[in-house]
Amino acid sequence: MRIDQLLALAWRESRTARRHLLLYMSSISLGVGALVAIDSFASNTQRSVREQAKSLLGGDVALTSRQPFPKPVEAAIDSLRRQGVGVTDVTTFSSMALVLRTGGTRLAQIRAVTPGYPFYGTILTAPAKQWARLQSGRFALVDPALLIALNARVGDTLSLGFARFIIIGTLTSVPGDVAVASAIGPRVYIPAQYLDETSLLLFGSRSDRQTLLKLPPTLTVSQFSAAWKGRLEKSQIRLRTAAETEFNLTQAIDQLRDFLSVIGLVALLLGGIGVASGVNAFVMRKIDTVAILRCLGATGRQVLAIYLLQAVAMGLLGAAFGGLLGVGLQLLLPRVLSDFLPVDVQVTLEPAALLTGVLVGVWVALVFALRPLIALRNVSPLQTLRRESDAEALRGAGVDLVRAVVSIAIVASVAALGVARAENVRQGLGFAAAIVVAVGVLYVAAAAMSGAARRAVRPRWPFVLRQGIASLHRPGNQTRAVVLALGFGVFLMSTIYQVQHNLLATVEGKLDQSRANVLFFDVQEDQGAPLDSLIRAQGYTVAQRAPIVPMKIVAVNGQRGEQLTRGNRARQPGGTRRRAGWVLRREFRSTYRDVIAPSEKVTEGRFHTGGTLAPVLPAVSLDVAVAHDLQVGVGDTITWDVQGVEVPTRVTSLREVNWTRFEPNFFVVFERRALERAPKQYVILADVRGENAVARLQRDVVSRFPNVASLDLSLIQETVGRVLDKVSAAIRFMAGLSLALGIPVLFSAVSATRRERLREGVLLKVLGATRRQVGRIMLAEYLLLGSLGSLVGVILSVGGAWALMRFVFKQPFSPALFPALVVALLMIGISVSIGLLTGRDVFRETPMAALREA
Amino acid sequence: MLEARQLTKEYQSGAHRLAVLRDVSFTVPDGAFVAIVGPSGSGKTTLLGLLAGLDVPSSGTVLLDGEDLSRLSEDKRARLRGAKVGFVFQSFQLIPTLTALENVQVPLELRGDDGAPARARDLLSRVGLGDRVHHFPNQLSGGEQQRVAIARAFSNAPRLLFADEPTGNLDSETGERIVELLETLNREARTTIVLVTHDLALARRAQRVIRLADGLVVSDAPSQPAPLRDAAPLAR
Repeated sequence: MRIDQLLALAWRESRTARRHLLLYMSSISLGVGALVAIDSFASNTQRSVREQAKSLLGGDVALTSRQPFPKPVEAAIDSLRRQGVGVTDVTTFSSMALVLRTGGTRLAQIRAVTPGYPFYGTILTAPAKQWARLQSGRFALVDPALLIALNARVGDTLSLGFARFIIIGTLTSVPGDVAVASAIGPRVYIPAQYLDETSLLLFGSRSDRQTLLKLPPTLTVSQFSAAWKGRLEKSQIRLRTAAETEFNLTQAIDQLRDFLSVIGLVALLLGGIGVASGVNAFVMRKIDTVAILRCLGATGRQVLAIYLLQAVAMGLLGAAFGGLLGVGLQLLLPRVLSDFLPVDVQVTLEPAALLTGVLVGVWVALVFALRPLIALRNVSPLQTLRRESDAEALRGAGVDLVRAVVSIAIVASVAALGVARAENVRQGLGFAAAIVVAVGVLYVAAAAMSGAARRAVRPRWPFVLRQGIASLHRPGNQTRAVVLALGFGVFLMSTIYQVQHNLLATVEGKLDQSRANVLFFDVQEDQGAPLDSLIRAQGYTVAQRAPIVPMKIVAVNGQRGEQLTRGNRARQPGGTRRRAGWVLRREFRSTYRDVIAPSEKVTEGRFHTGGTLAPVLPAVSLDVAVAHDLQVGVGDTITWDVQGVEVPTRVTSLREVNWTRFEPNFFVVFERRALERAPKQYVILADVRGENAVARLQRDVVSRFPNVASLDLSLIQETVGRVLDKVSAAIRFMAGLSLALGIPVLFSAVSATRRERLREGVLLKVLGATRRQVGRIMLAEYLLLGSLGSLVGVILSVGGAWALMRFVFKQPFSPALFPALVVALLMIGISVSIGLLTGRDVFRETPMAALREA
Repeated sequence: MLEARQLTKEYQSGAHRLAVLRDVSFTVPDGAFVAIVGPSGSGKTTLLGLLAGLDVPSSGTVLLDGEDLSRLSEDKRARLRGAKVGFVFQSFQLIPTLTALENVQVPLELRGDDGAPARARDLLSRVGLGDRVHHFPNQLSGGEQQRVAIARAFSNAPRLLFADEPTGNLDSETGERIVELLETLNREARTTIVLVTHDLALARRAQRVIRLADGLVVSDAPSQPAPLRDAAPLAR
């Protein structure tokens, strides 16, 4: 047979089946859509970051540090300036902003910039071109949100510490800034020359320093990095170049992306099942045609080729539709996420992502379609003379090697998909293993039910019940096929639901009611007690007053400097992992107290209770993650540099800290005696209730202690909540879509052997069964099938969701039992209604007509 | 042309074996028109399946044009059918998704023949369906469907035609027209025809009748000539 003739025959033969086949194949669309959308969006974002890298960074090179640059570095920068290198600085810190006219106060992020900032990229203002004016006086440019919060307008005078600035405009676009950030601290730009006048940068105040460099053509970025990297690292200054501007997503987005990935995978698998069970039903309808073709001289290979061609064509259409869907979603994503993204994402078609998505979709559709399709090779031409039941006609003789190979290909494809999409190989293999376990459990459950049905039936049970249960184990039964497809579908859908439920719970958990709603920080040592009494005098409670002492690590178990970074821990055989650099470099803002806080949980050792004396080293308690990165445990010693004084300590406990609560939390908690006399600051957490009470208190505090910053937590919770709502909506939408598309898949899974049931129903009818009896027989069978599939699927999904939450999203998991039950009941309902529909069809035609057709 | 040698077909039925055909032997010469008759359950259909190579015997051999069918693989038998054998069934067995023309083309296309549409169109007009080539099976009457099936059976110019109760689903007048068609083809194209039926009147139209009962050949004799009627020339 020539190829064109084969194609023509495949095309013609598909005439009435095209619609059905396309429906089955469209199961694959959602999976492809999710893949295409995620991948396209990721490359769009990366491309935009790359294109806008220079303006995101603001210069060719950026030097950043959490503290003032050491003298030698400043000197070196000065000499660069003399050599013609452009230099400009920005110092960023938090402070209260106060508008005198209205009395409004708000914590703001102050950015003191020197002339020339930034070298690349444009800061847009309203009214326009105010950025150029900023350096020409005591001027400020602020976020529009600040004006709203302070009830102020352009032209008002803004107090920052002891200095005053005139607001000359608002910021409309600052390259590289994430919109969400302004929720916590609206930005205020001031000229750096007036920074000292504010007197805000006192001891222990946090400030970030960034210096942007614009290199002359004679000096390339890589030459510069090579020459400077070592020197800067020693001074704990980070060097970034435009080329390596990375974009860090916030946690919420990370979760959304992971969730979309999981949805994509699940939707693909769900699609695969939809294809497999749909094609299974399709194959049964094609037995007669195949038998005729075989009679007319078609070989097994030709027959398979005809139907494979049809499947591929329809799979391609389904996947292409998915591709379109993906492009649509891709357009939507930047809108949902714009507040989190540091760049304007240019939405462009990503042919690579589109092509990959479509190809993956076609492949999945094909391997899943192949398994039912290859059964057509077994159809004997003898079926034209003497038609056996569908199951008999499709059964091959002995072990089917091709079938085994196809099964292996399915497992391998699932594993490959898992590995390709997961963050790491282990996660991917775990994903594949979970799928195999789920299928195995379902198969065993189905086999067990089939076996139980054989034994459990008692002769005294009513006929319809016996008949219904007998359907579960008699030859050619659909127990395994339906339980497997239905159960697996329910497993995937319910997993998505469980994960969605838990993700939303963690998002909402962040907005957990705290014990207090105002946070005062940068409180100097001598301001602690007066501020405390000021708050109490107004009738509010102080929930917490925590001292803060800045410090760094100088030694771990006696190892210093080079030794320290190598991090060789003797008692961990083979454990020569390097210590994470950030823990050694960072400044710790630690506290001291001898009692544990409600937001903490000791995981190892015992929390110190004070009372130790001199020869014993003072106790510290570490956050578990920090201890892990430092590679220390209970019993190890750490020496800290506290304002030039070395303080040796011993780790006596590790703690898990609930960071999601808006409360002062600490990586390191010292025993009181170790730090009592060290220079410190305070953080004060107060509970201030009542209409406008927070604003009033903030105003009073700013006027008496201009350097003290305060944060209205309820305001932040509201803003963050609003933004998270967007993410939640995106998660809900995707989950809803995949659930909606899952239902037709399950429908086709359950109705795969409907024809066979119809035939039997007609026979019963001919033998005198009433409509009611046939209905009940169907009800009994489908109720059992539906219940087993749904229940096992739901139980499996709790395990699956737990694993996803734990290993992918790294969040706690609590099973959502009620929704799980609803999903299970819904699925049982679906399978029962398919059974009843079949029963109804039995009575739609006369027995003669139905028998002739059968 | 076709030779059955000691054909036996047994099925495993529970603990014991059930012989559906026992030791059946006969030869059908080139160009013959043979009827196989017998009551329901006598093994007619099983025999037809074996003769056409749709199934393999438990023992014995079928020689089709000198070739031993049981030695061929399923696919080789399919090719042999495609090349030399045509079928007409009681239930027509047209492919429901293909038009009349396309149904007739299938055997030709399976062999990779050029000019399939032209030949199929010619065959259809010879069975009187020249104006219905683009109709689907469900748009045709039973008689028309069977004529399409006959056109299809002859599309590959088979040396041997198997007909399984070809008039079983038709009223007597239409059935008569179909039989006449088969006779004409047998005469004009020298096609060997093996007809399976339980209708003795129909069987008498053949030159020779083989009677089966309980899986055994009980008689094999030239048929009593049927009352002669003018064979309609292949509808023109």
